[in-house]
Amino acid sequence: MSDRLQHGVTSHVPVLRLGEVLLVTLQGDLHDSDAQQLQQDICEAVANSGVTGVVIDISGVEIVDSFLGRVLAEIAANASLLAARTVVAGMRPAVAITLVELGLTLPGLRTALTTEAAMELLTHHDPAAGRGRLSQELG
Amino acid sequence: MPSSTAVEASLPIQSEMDLAWVRQHVRQAAAQLGFGLVAQTKLVTAASELARNTLVHGGGGRMESAAVTRGQAHGLRLVFSDEGPGIADLDRALTDGYTSGGGLGMGLGGARRLVHEFAVDSTPGSGTKVTVVCWVTPPPRPYGGL
Amino acid sequence: MPEHQAAVSEGTSARQVAEFLYRHSERIAQRWADEPLFRSVFTVSRDEAVEAARAVAEALARVAESERVHDTDATGFVVVREQLARMAAARSRAGASMAQVSGEVEALRPPVASLLVEECADLPADEVREYATALTVLMGTLRLVVLDTALSEGQALIERQQLQLLEVATPVIRLWDGVVAVPLIGTLDSARSQVVMETLLEAIVEQHARFAILDITGVPTVDSLVAQHLMKTVAAARLMGAECVVSGIRPAIAQTIVHLGLDLGTVVTRASLADALAYALHELGVGIVAPASGGAGAR
Repeated sequence: MSDRLQHGVTSHVPVLRLGEVLLVTLQGDLHDSDAQQLQQDICEAVANSGVTGVVIDISGVEIVDSFLGRVLAEIAANASLLAARTVVAGMRPAVAITLVELGLTLPGLRTALTTEAAMELLTHHDPAAGRGRLSQELG
Repeated sequence: MPSSTAVEASLPIQSEMDLAWVRQHVRQAAAQLGFGLVAQTKLVTAASELARNTLVHGGGGRMESAAVTRGQAHGLRLVFSDEGPGIADLDRALTDGYTSGGGLGMGLGGARRLVHEFAVDSTPGSGTKVTVVCWVTPPPRPYGGL
Repeated sequence: MPEHQAAVSEGTSARQVAEFLYRHSERIAQRWADEPLFRSVFTVSRDEAVEAARAVAEALARVAESERVHDTDATGFVVVREQLARMAAARSRAGASMAQVSGEVEALRPPVASLLVEECADLPADEVREYATALTVLMGTLRLVVLDTALSEGQALIERQQLQLLEVATPVIRLWDGVVAVPLIGTLDSARSQVVMETLLEAIVEQHARFAILDITGVPTVDSLVAQHLMKTVAAARLMGAECVVSGIRPAIAQTIVHLGLDLGTVVTRASLADALAYALHELGVGIVAPASGGAGAR
């Protein structure tokens, strides 16, 4: 088992700040303690930086079990208390199906297809902001 | 027939690191047996839930995995065993939202919904054994030959 | 089975039958080639029919030789199993029922039996009877083997077709930039719902679709299981960051849903696919404006 080093550890999760948004990219298999550490890190980062949004990109995550599901929900709840909105982006279809079968629909969580869509969601509050594009094209 | 070398295994569940090994092993075994991506993900997730139960509630234990066949169908069987306190009220433990360990209470009941067969054998005071089986949907036979 | 004293032992008669079959395989094949089973399958050349019949006769001889006249799994059958499967498949494609095929296999017995009787004319009657019994058992086993292969062929065909049907029945259509739809037609069972869910979610990723429309106009009934599957699909799409709209709920189905006490809860529903598309476009901030009346009149 030589891949212990390759796969086993993912203790460092990068948290980037992009303007008013924290971008967190999860990758691979996350250990329970790493997930808990991340929750704490994000909470502190939001409190210290005063960002208004958090985007968690999980497109590189192969499974989300109830533990990680709970961590994601709690990050969103914590951030919300600190006046920041959280969007989970890029959940894979297989992960989504599994979570639903598991019984975890995470109703309080905002979601987006991609990181870009999540950023857009956080920066444009008005869902009808892009209105008129088609009318222009057709007009 | 897939070879069973990477499927048969007995893994310890004593630490968080072992949970990652369990997930990785189940992923590889499921892929080798021909499970599709969604089925693999369900199996790995179920294994993760059950292994965490073994670690957190059972105080550690083992997971045994084996390939099984029934008639034409073949599948993967995972057995999680510990020698912990056991489950006093099984019905309650299988209820969504019930938790004794600070999770969302989806572990046991949720894992049951992710697999085809699910059996719990638990005696208070002498441990718990959870056995799950997932079947690969029989692949379509090649069209030729007629 | 020692209850009656046979003139010859079972094993001996089986071996005798084997020897008889080997010796006369050519004559038997010639006779069988004219029987409906072979004649109707090998229509092109009679030689082909004779050859196939000879292969079956020799396989039977090998089975008898191994004294396993009762055993459908006898190794002797292995070599002709594929050929028998092809023949049974050809007959069923031609519209023959299982009973007809069975009858056609049974019709192979009398020509051989009469040959056996001719051959054994000089032997004591009870001995001949033992041989005839062994032959009858052997032919009965052949019939079972044919039916068994035909059944498993049929099963394989059904499985293939089910899979094809699943694929054919769930097209995902891109209606607009960021809007996909699945028009569902026919009964939704558990397996199909699973395929629908997976196909739709994959399409959401591929098409970057923020909206997915599940149109159930063509679904005859919605029971609680189907409703549950719809809800699961909606929930999974939401986790991925897309919104699902269920459209085409016919009045009868709406009544059923209410009657069953099903809670579609937070699911967005619209009467028709067009309404669902309008909703999605509105949410995307896209407006549709009718062209000025003068402009359209030119066509």
